[in-house]
Amino acid sequence: MPDLVLKGKAIKLGDNISTDDIIPGRFAHLRSNLSELAKHVLEDAMPGFASRVRTLSAVGAGKAILVAGKNLGLGSSREHAPVVIKMSGVGAILAKSAARIFFRNAVNQGVPVLLCDTDKISDGDELEIDVTGGKIANLTSGITLSCSKMPPIMSAILKEGGLIPYIQKHKGFNLEN
Amino acid sequence: MRVGKTLAEKILSLKSHSEAKAGDVVIADVDWAFVQDTTGPLTIRQFKESGFAALAKPQQTIIFLDHAAPSPAQQLSNDHILLRRFARETGCRIYEVGDGVCHQLVAENFANPGDIIVGADSHTVTAGALGAFATGMGSSDVAVALALGKTWFRVPESFLIELKGVFPRGVYAKDLILYLIGQIGVDGANYKALEFGGEALARMTMSQRLTIANMAVEAGAKVGLFPSDKITRDFLREHDRSDKYQPLYPDAEANYERVISVNLNQLEPMLSLPHAVDNVRPVAQAKGVKIQQAFIGTCTNGRLEDLAVAAEILKGQKRHPGTRLLIAPASRQVLIQAMKKGYIQSLLEAGATILPPGCAACLGLHQGVLGDGEVCLSTANRNFKGRMGNPEAMVYLASPATAAASAIRGEITDPREVMEGKS
Ligand code: SF4
Repeated sequence: MPDLVLKGKAIKLGDNISTDDIIPGRFAHLRSNLSELAKHVLEDAMPGFASRVRTLSAVGAGKAILVAGKNLGLGSSREHAPVVIKMSGVGAILAKSAARIFFRNAVNQGVPVLLCDTDKISDGDELEIDVTGGKIANLTSGITLSCSKMPPIMSAILKEGGLIPYIQKHKGFNLEN
Repeated sequence: MRVGKTLAEKILSLKSHSEAKAGDVVIADVDWAFVQDTTGPLTIRQFKESGFAALAKPQQTIIFLDHAAPSPAQQLSNDHILLRRFARETGCRIYEVGDGVCHQLVAENFANPGDIIVGADSHTVTAGALGAFATGMGSSDVAVALALGKTWFRVPESFLIELKGVFPRGVYAKDLILYLIGQIGVDGANYKALEFGGEALARMTMSQRLTIANMAVEAGAKVGLFPSDKITRDFLREHDRSDKYQPLYPDAEANYERVISVNLNQLEPMLSLPHAVDNVRPVAQAKGVKIQQAFIGTCTNGRLEDLAVAAEILKGQKRHPGTRLLIAPASRQVLIQAMKKGYIQSLLEAGATILPPGCAACLGLHQGVLGDGEVCLSTANRNFKGRMGNPEAMVYLASPATAAASAIRGEITDPREVMEGKS
């Protein structure tokens, strides 16, 4: 189960970060070797991303939090995109909006994606995220942001740590939970 | 009072055995589920990890080896082995290297009006041309759909795209969809259904519909849906499944979030400039940009009609010496027909390189990776930075006519200039 309250520092990206930015198609030969693939996460869009996440997570300030602008993850259906983001050590994703398939894939991987006005967050800000309550406290600026709600089935999947553990537990989809 | 339904609401109601309205979350039966060779291996690992052993519907599950085809690297060859083994173990269908692009093969062989299709590939939306609710998903979602034969959907709100008029000479379905994406924006239809309607549909071939539905996802849409009409019926008959035809239209009182009307008569050849699909301009505004590669193919524009247009323009002409011309038919069937009709001969004589049916140069993995600073004019659907294998290269998107005309001149060219004088 993922942490449903987590603290960490923001790494800020711009608008329209595509799945080709997150993990380019030219690395498709590494897709069955996820730890190798993960070394290339966001390397064209933000050189040094992987090592920044490592540094941020190592200083004990919690997990790095990826903060993007609008339409995060547009493009391909490759679930490898949220997989490598998760493997790099990112604890949660915040964006103004997220492309449909990427959003669903990230939640299926147990990575919280919260949609809010990310203009109110600067690179390096310290954040405290309440995933269940959909609230983000920006400890650096003192501002609290609220996030748009996700359908209950997605919250339930997130609560179990992703789609596969959810299905193992419930043996199917259950719209009541 | 009964409120009218959109096409999306109709299909999802039928397949979820409920009254589905935009905004509802439903669990729906999946008619076809598929993976391709770059998303399939993860799907299979997740399927096995979850403890599933059997497919819910083996004969409605399909594996396509099309993205790395033939494989350019040992790791990808090993992924192909994994996928072939899974097909043997589970009894699902498999299409081999050289058979063609998944979305083209789904349209030729499987998609029917009213079906629900989920594919581990974002351009699964292509089959919306046949009136199927077809959408791309990630590996976990498809793994679960393979095992359960069901998935969950949030019923989308719909935009109605109302089309009237006739395409002028030199203007095609690709120009229309690029124009629309320019209007809507890359995320303007996020989570929505695009539904196409209007009197122009009566003259719109299935090939054109497939090009349009294919790119719905480039505006963020979950599906791009066409009604099922006489043209759908004729297409199904030509593909030996007349029995699968059913008329399917939205209700007259359906509720649309937005209506966009386009008069085809007013369109001109369009281009999408690097590095965003919605960076759309008339071709005239980028005229003269030198291109080192022209690529005609993909699930967007690799069909027989596309090759016919290219062959007609290139017949008796030569590609510019500074421009490589790559052609990838979307399927084996397309290639065979293009050979019979003499298109392949004309293209080869014009200096084209014919690539095997499949994704070819589209995703930057093989068969036409660009060099630093090179420019490609492609008939594909995406021009993101790095898309064709090199973040230092530029990709412009256009119709097969624009690509063919530009290959002759070695620079971005309005196809109408080259078509003049030709019959
Ligand atoms: S042709 Fe291109 S867009 Fe179509 S499925 Fe293949 S890689 Fe994807």
